[in-house]
Amino acid sequence: MRMTGAQILWRSLELEGVKHVFGYPGGTILPAYDALTQSTIHHVLVRHEQGATHMADGYARATGQVGVAVATSGPGATNMVTGIATAMMDSSPIVCITGQVGSKMLGSDAFQEIDITGVTLPITKHNYIVTRPEDIAKTIHEAFYVARSGRPGPVLVDITRDAQQASCEFEWDASVPKLPGFRPDIQPEPATYEEALKMINGSRRPVILAGHGILISEASQLLREFVERTHIPVAMTLLGIGSFPASHPLNLGMMGMHGEAWVNKAIQEADLLLALGMRFDDRVTGELAKYAPKAKKIHIEIDPAEINKRVKVDVALIGDLREVLPKLLPKVTRTDSSEWLERIWELKGDSAVRDIQSLPDEGHLYAAHVINDLWHETQGSDTIVVSDVGQHQMWEAQYYKHERPRSLVTSGGLGTMGFALPAAIGAKTARPDAEVWVVAGDGGFQMTMPELATIMQENLKINIAIINNGFLGMVRQWQQFFYESNYQSTPMLSPDFVKVAEAYGIRAMEVTTRSQVVPTVKAARSHDGPVLINFRVEQEDAVYPMVAAGAALHDMIRRPSPLVETAEDV
Amino acid sequence: MLNTFVVYVENKSGALARVALLFRRRGYNIESLTVGRTEKPDVSRMTITVEADADQARRIEANIYKLVNVLLVENVSAVPVITRDLAMIKVAAPQEVRSQVLELASVFRARVVDVALSSITIEITGAEDKIDGLLDVLRPFGVLEMVRTGIVAMRRGARTSEPNNEQTPDFIVE
Ligand SMILES: Cc1ncc(C[n+]2csc(CCOP(=O)(O)OP(=O)(O)O)c2C)c(N)n1
Repeated sequence: MRMTGAQILWRSLELEGVKHVFGYPGGTILPAYDALTQSTIHHVLVRHEQGATHMADGYARATGQVGVAVATSGPGATNMVTGIATAMMDSSPIVCITGQVGSKMLGSDAFQEIDITGVTLPITKHNYIVTRPEDIAKTIHEAFYVARSGRPGPVLVDITRDAQQASCEFEWDASVPKLPGFRPDIQPEPATYEEALKMINGSRRPVILAGHGILISEASQLLREFVERTHIPVAMTLLGIGSFPASHPLNLGMMGMHGEAWVNKAIQEADLLLALGMRFDDRVTGELAKYAPKAKKIHIEIDPAEINKRVKVDVALIGDLREVLPKLLPKVTRTDSSEWLERIWELKGDSAVRDIQSLPDEGHLYAAHVINDLWHETQGSDTIVVSDVGQHQMWEAQYYKHERPRSLVTSGGLGTMGFALPAAIGAKTARPDAEVWVVAGDGGFQMTMPELATIMQENLKINIAIINNGFLGMVRQWQQFFYESNYQSTPMLSPDFVKVAEAYGIRAMEVTTRSQVVPTVKAARSHDGPVLINFRVEQEDAVYPMVAAGAALHDMIRRPSPLVETAEDV
Repeated sequence: MLNTFVVYVENKSGALARVALLFRRRGYNIESLTVGRTEKPDVSRMTITVEADADQARRIEANIYKLVNVLLVENVSAVPVITRDLAMIKVAAPQEVRSQVLELASVFRARVVDVALSSITIEITGAEDKIDGLLDVLRPFGVLEMVRTGIVAMRRGARTSEPNNEQTPDFIVE
């Protein structure tokens, strides 16, 4: 059948299973928007193209399916850059479609011409420029394949205006694209299995480091079986949260810069680290030279370029966890780790008595309490928390106990403020039955606040918790610790968030004391439409413990008051 | 140590930029990069030399592999290879010294490709150190202009670097 390039674009997306796209129109993408009217795909109109990319990203993280963002050329395309980089750093599969000036004008600095494939070269897994309608279907099919295969990532497809307008015969080849240079299916060397098994079965003080790869590979159940067989305790990276149930007795919690003290100490004392789908980011290792000095390291990872990048490992199994773990499972034995577990509980005991429950109430509202109460109220339900970047993000990771995969969506590698609100829109669009909570700081929330209008227009039931401390809190904390409390440019005036929300037709409430937290959360949950809660929390609270940049992982700044450190589930 | 990579890429727009950018982004300095056609019209072949230790070299290889358009990467530093560089050197050669310059060129088996009143242009092909050697002895006469292609490399013997579809990368951790 003869179709225009624009029609082919939507038809191809439909054939890829796309139900929703997030976008913003403009001149060079107008032919595509004109053809959208005939498509079954629902278009979510965003308020800024950065939002569209974060929405596609949130959609992908909540489901594992490829998220799609659409923008016009020039400023529309450059507005996507932050969202593409965010998806790249966290291996999130998104496809971005941009309009481009007519192919005859390429290279002439035409109105709104930007070399977006050049701009995004280092922040996409791959990108394409398409100048003929004949190439659109094949390119879209390839883009989806590349985005989701192997280690996932963002792919950008730039389509010239004339390619959208011209017509050709539509052909769809659903088979796996032939990409001779693309090998997403690397397998470990057989010998490495034997080596790894010997190390695992012979270890006395092993720790599993569970990363984002477990979620991406849908290997949570396998991990659970592995742990139940071996009794090896699990520490999680920020993005690994949800890969292993928080309530499992062998789940230690989050590791790294704001990891629990006993988790970091356990890693430092371990004789074996089994790293699964993680990349030893500087935020989880602390000073490299002093990292886990007694441990042998096994790295199971799909991306060969991650092996020995930061931490030199003893054995690497390069492949998909979903294929590697089943080969190890029948051969691993229960490690003789009872002494080791006792040692860890001893380390934990030391911190766990200082529970946040004993934080003095006295009219103060602590962010940790807000998160802890939110967790209590929503536990057991199908809830996705989407956090922004800063102190609240770390408190969320520490005090919200995630039981299920994909129940936390957050920007880890890039640490993109402004991510949460749009990513939550993506998550809610993908999972309308899930309860979605945004947890954002007063700073990051304002970076993408206009997307409140998208919530309104789409009529999405999203609950928003602003952890409002009147500061760019995480930066203020660094100034407090490392710059002699010189609070340069971190105190921040904000609008009345309640009024702002109301202007968008969103119900809003304010909470200033602990006793109001639970009733307000209950009211928000039972309200039909979106709700925003402005939690006015302690202004100069800090996230503890903390590994300062350059310090060894066990060398942590602890909360000065002996009362409190971190959460024992209460 | 100096590493030499042979890289086959699909002849698609941006393929060269993708490879070059990767070195820049990861902070490795390319010593030399050559690219040209192969016997297959849709495939180009690059020879890249870069200073890197063994571990860095392995990661460079893995990172190049991740590029969708790359068909094959081979680090040929540790195997017997023939490497060739080509240079054209324009050297000042007035009447008084001309015969000396010509004599040096012939010692190095270089060819004279152009002669003018006060200069001659010499073409030399060979391994890099041979060219460096000729340059050293010509410098006192005055090198007016010089251009080098950068090295190309090929395995010795019957074995080729040619990509075939069965080959999968073997990333072994030393
Ligand atoms: C786009 C962007 N700009 C700047 C930063 C640096 N940064 C990291 S945390 C932070 C403060 C965040 O403040 P807020 O959103 O109020 O959250 P809080 O830390 O107070 O919980 C800043 C400025 C960033 N991560 N992202």
